[in-house]
Amino acid sequence: MLELKNICKTFNAGTVNEKVALNGLNLTLEDGDFVTVIGGNGAGKSTMLNAVAGVWPIDMGRILIDGKDITRLPEHKRAQYIGRVFQDPMMGTAATLGIDENLALAARRGKTRTLRSGITHKEREEYREMLKSLDLGLENRMTSKVGLLSGGQRQAITLLMATLKKPKLLLLDEHTAALDPKTAAKVLELSDRIVHENHLTTLMITHNMRDAIRYGNRLVMMYEGRIIYDVRGEEKAALQVSDLLARFEQVGGDANDRMLLS
Amino acid sequence: MNIASLFNAMPGALAQGMIWAIMAIGVYITYRVLDVADLTVDGTLGLGGAVCIMCMLGGLNVWVSMILAFVAGLLAGFATGFFHTFMGIPVILAGILTQLSLYSVNLKLMGKANQAINVDKYDLLVSLRYIKDVPFWQNTILDVAVIVALLIGVLYWFFGTEFGCGVRATGCNGHMARAQGINTSLTTVFGLMLSNGLVAFSGALLSQYQGFADVSMGRGAIVIGLAAVVIGEAVFSKIFHNFALKLLSVAVGSIIYYIVMQVCIWLKIDTDLLKLLSAVVVAIFLAIPYWKGKYFSRPAVKKGGKQDA
Repeated sequence: MLELKNICKTFNAGTVNEKVALNGLNLTLEDGDFVTVIGGNGAGKSTMLNAVAGVWPIDMGRILIDGKDITRLPEHKRAQYIGRVFQDPMMGTAATLGIDENLALAARRGKTRTLRSGITHKEREEYREMLKSLDLGLENRMTSKVGLLSGGQRQAITLLMATLKKPKLLLLDEHTAALDPKTAAKVLELSDRIVHENHLTTLMITHNMRDAIRYGNRLVMMYEGRIIYDVRGEEKAALQVSDLLARFEQVGGDANDRMLLS
Repeated sequence: MNIASLFNAMPGALAQGMIWAIMAIGVYITYRVLDVADLTVDGTLGLGGAVCIMCMLGGLNVWVSMILAFVAGLLAGFATGFFHTFMGIPVILAGILTQLSLYSVNLKLMGKANQAINVDKYDLLVSLRYIKDVPFWQNTILDVAVIVALLIGVLYWFFGTEFGCGVRATGCNGHMARAQGINTSLTTVFGLMLSNGLVAFSGALLSQYQGFADVSMGRGAIVIGLAAVVIGEAVFSKIFHNFALKLLSVAVGSIIYYIVMQVCIWLKIDTDLLKLLSAVVVAIFLAIPYWKGKYFSRPAVKKGGKQDA
């Protein structure tokens, strides 16, 4: 489904701020894999997701989706295959546009945008039903500007937008990290539900090891721009937080406070 | 000071305000919709005037001349967009570069710094001579009002289309736009083209109205455009939320600006100071939201509600 072959990315090459973010990264996802990604700060987790999404060109390696080489496709063209939710709730939605308009924009991902109406009555009804299923009371605020919503509501909308047109690959970049614990749990549950209902191939970064174990069928740990641990199925289900901490120490990574607390 | 003389000057101020309203709507598209400050417009206004006057002096029909002026504006906007998206130049600098080059272009087009057109010899659409004592359908105020109304209608329709929504999303949040498959370079270039096309069209009307085109007629145009935008927002932002009404408020802002200018002239304020005054007014209006946030914000009272997720 998704193949990352020997990806390298260095930021600020040749300067004192040089940072090797991805260092020969290899990863292959099967259809329907729900992979949680953990690793210390600077391990390259977000860089990996950004490389897949095409935020900037990579220095080396190839990225394939369903066997199609997308390494050289610009970000907006890759969007037809990829749904994304960002860490920052402000990043995934357009604040000055209405909830309905944001959803309508997402519904046209991967299609040529024409001079037809940007949102139809039929769509509005569909969106209303979808929002009802979120149970956030948003179905009665369809035309409200997204900027008026809370962070959790915005992440829920972004999640809906990312999956409205079923993507081949869903990228969740610590999408609950900026939310309060209760809201985070709710958004995470929603993510899990959407992924399962649509059988989406998913990469989810999290700082919370318990979440990393609880969700998904596969877990990878990153360290210094590479994957150092890859576990799936029953072996993954049997994992304990202590096992992961031991792994961290083994490679000399420091398990930071945020991980220990979780 | 004679109040009657002020009253007599009002129709002229109204006509000028409406011609500049088209320009201000162009500025609104870049400044508010796309969220970029495009300084190309200072050159584009003169470009529109130069193209229109030269075409008409060359014997072309007034409508054809104005359409060609619009197309010239599109090209100027494309140049800025190209500098910005393809060459990676910050948009303000890209606009300044195009604006500077347009000065030469305008000079070359006209062959000299100023070209006049005689209202009696050419069939102009608008003129300061067509304010009074003409059949109503020839009245400049009516003609320009119709054009502005049509323009607002077309823009309202366009920004509601799939592509138009993409342009709005680009200005609001580029990350989100790209993640939803919108080619933000394309939408940015398009927005700059549309904006400058309108500014050039406004320049075409303005040069007919005043009876000449001048290389420096666009100097400081961006400030007048911004003034119209901020005045319109200051007056109407609380009551106008619909996009068409927002465009209308920009147009009214432009008219208010010209009426205020007319009052300044009537008060015998030194006209050399008018541009300085405009700049100060715009600076203060632009600063108000910043001051509000910085000095007048009170800690928000936490509102409970089960709708909060």
